[in-house]
Amino acid sequence: MPENYVPILIFAGLAFLIPVATLWVAKLVRPDPRDVGYRLKPYECGIPPEGDARGRFGVRFYVIAILFVVFDVETIFLFPWAVEYDVLGLFGLIEMLVFLAILIIGYIWLYMKGALDWV
Amino acid sequence: MTLLLETLKPYLLPLIRVLVVFLGISLIVAYLVYAERKILAHLQVRLGPMRVGPHGLLQPIADGLKLLLKEDIMPAGADKGVFLLAPVISVIAAFTAFSLIPFAPNFYITDVNVGLLFLIGISSLGILGIILGGWASNSHYPLLGALRSTAQLVSYEVALGFALVSALLLAGTLSMVAIVEAQQRQGVWFVFLQPVAFFILFVAAIAETNRNPFDLPEAESELVAGFHTEYSGFRFSLYFLAEYAAMILVSSIAVTLFLGGWLRPFARVRALDFLDFTPVAVLVLAAAWCFRECFRYPATREWRWQRLLLLGLGVGALGISAGLLLPARFLPGGGEGLPAFPALTAIQGVFWFMSKVFLFLFGFIWFRGTFPRYRFDQLMSLGWHFMIPVAIANVIFCSLAIVLSRQMGWGLPATLWLGTAATLLVAALLRREKA
Repeated sequence: MPENYVPILIFAGLAFLIPVATLWVAKLVRPDPRDVGYRLKPYECGIPPEGDARGRFGVRFYVIAILFVVFDVETIFLFPWAVEYDVLGLFGLIEMLVFLAILIIGYIWLYMKGALDWV
Repeated sequence: MTLLLETLKPYLLPLIRVLVVFLGISLIVAYLVYAERKILAHLQVRLGPMRVGPHGLLQPIADGLKLLLKEDIMPAGADKGVFLLAPVISVIAAFTAFSLIPFAPNFYITDVNVGLLFLIGISSLGILGIILGGWASNSHYPLLGALRSTAQLVSYEVALGFALVSALLLAGTLSMVAIVEAQQRQGVWFVFLQPVAFFILFVAAIAETNRNPFDLPEAESELVAGFHTEYSGFRFSLYFLAEYAAMILVSSIAVTLFLGGWLRPFARVRALDFLDFTPVAVLVLAAAWCFRECFRYPATREWRWQRLLLLGLGVGALGISAGLLLPARFLPGGGEGLPAFPALTAIQGVFWFMSKVFLFLFGFIWFRGTFPRYRFDQLMSLGWHFMIPVAIANVIFCSLAIVLSRQMGWGLPATLWLGTAATLLVAALLRREKA
């Protein structure tokens, strides 16, 4: 089975080489950007840029990131279960219901808390 | 030299396939952009690109060359290495995933036993390219665009994952080839057994590719161009390439899982075997259209090239269809052990697979021409308050249905439809609570 992964590596290598090679070709033919006026400043619709962009941003993004980790790990756990479902049968169903019940209780709590509301 | 050839031999065929797929996808991406511009134009009663080549057919090449010749600006405060690398990461993620897509039973690059999981893993790396690019630009709009984009992608990835689990319940395998074979064996595409999962996958796929009506990360009225605002020249076109390749990728995944992959409609009904001749019929129709158009142009000097091109296309299409219909017994050696029309059988899988993928892509473009954009809070609310609970309900009810049909001996499709009805009930309740 490991030899089946070799073509994936070849493909990834090609997907890396072709953009890099094209960028190299582009470097040979394109003009170099001249540092005139605001040309190399960040684009702010023509207004002089104010301060550094890496300031603070909404805390909602952090909440979404944490929720994503929880829920996505749950789905990944479901993948092998779904594949073996024919073998597991009724036992598998009950196990999964218990597993999902924990997730759903957490989901309802999040819903009540308003963690899922954006505004 | 011969030793070198001998050692390289097992890698030669995969290498050729890799090259064919890579170039094929690049070409489709280039012309997908053209098709999008044309279709959007016609939806708005415009003509779209018409200048470069006949009907603007050479426009993608002209655009590519133009972007190659543009200067490559890097903002002064940017994180140099990350800024340069981010678009390449996006391209690698979007393209490498194609190595696991089975285009036809006789044409796929590789098949591994954890195929789907691996595929989802690779394509998720695309988020990395987006957030790194937005962060490295050190500019307000790209940073906000990248954050929004990431929040949107991770939110819909959860719903996507649950929709995939629903399909896996029926397929019982993660190998992409075996998933299609399972649909062949059961004699039904999974979309007819799992319509809700298909719908969730479809909506999530649109959101995952940042397409209308979920194209908030690139909402030009709010964020200029989102995460790639600061990118110019060929580096911008790499992001563009990755985005359109991702569109083809999610369509391919949806087709493989729910629409029977390379199978033709009613693959098991022998009475409908004449559908195998669809490629020939399509080519002949195309040829007929070319000839008709050719004679509709005035027979003057200035239209000479258009008429010659149409004539050539028509003759070419007829020639290819004749080649497809070449019977096996005319081949050298009498075509021992070959099907009646070898060429036609060989392209069968790729033809149906790509037809379904193009149907999807047309849908993507159609949506862009039709739907207004969501607001960001509406988008997140739809994802977390509706899509995810419905997807979870679908997994629960469908696994219940499968066990029920086994314990009670009921038919699987009918039981699954019962499960789907229960899921729809949950969906209706969720909607009512919202309103």
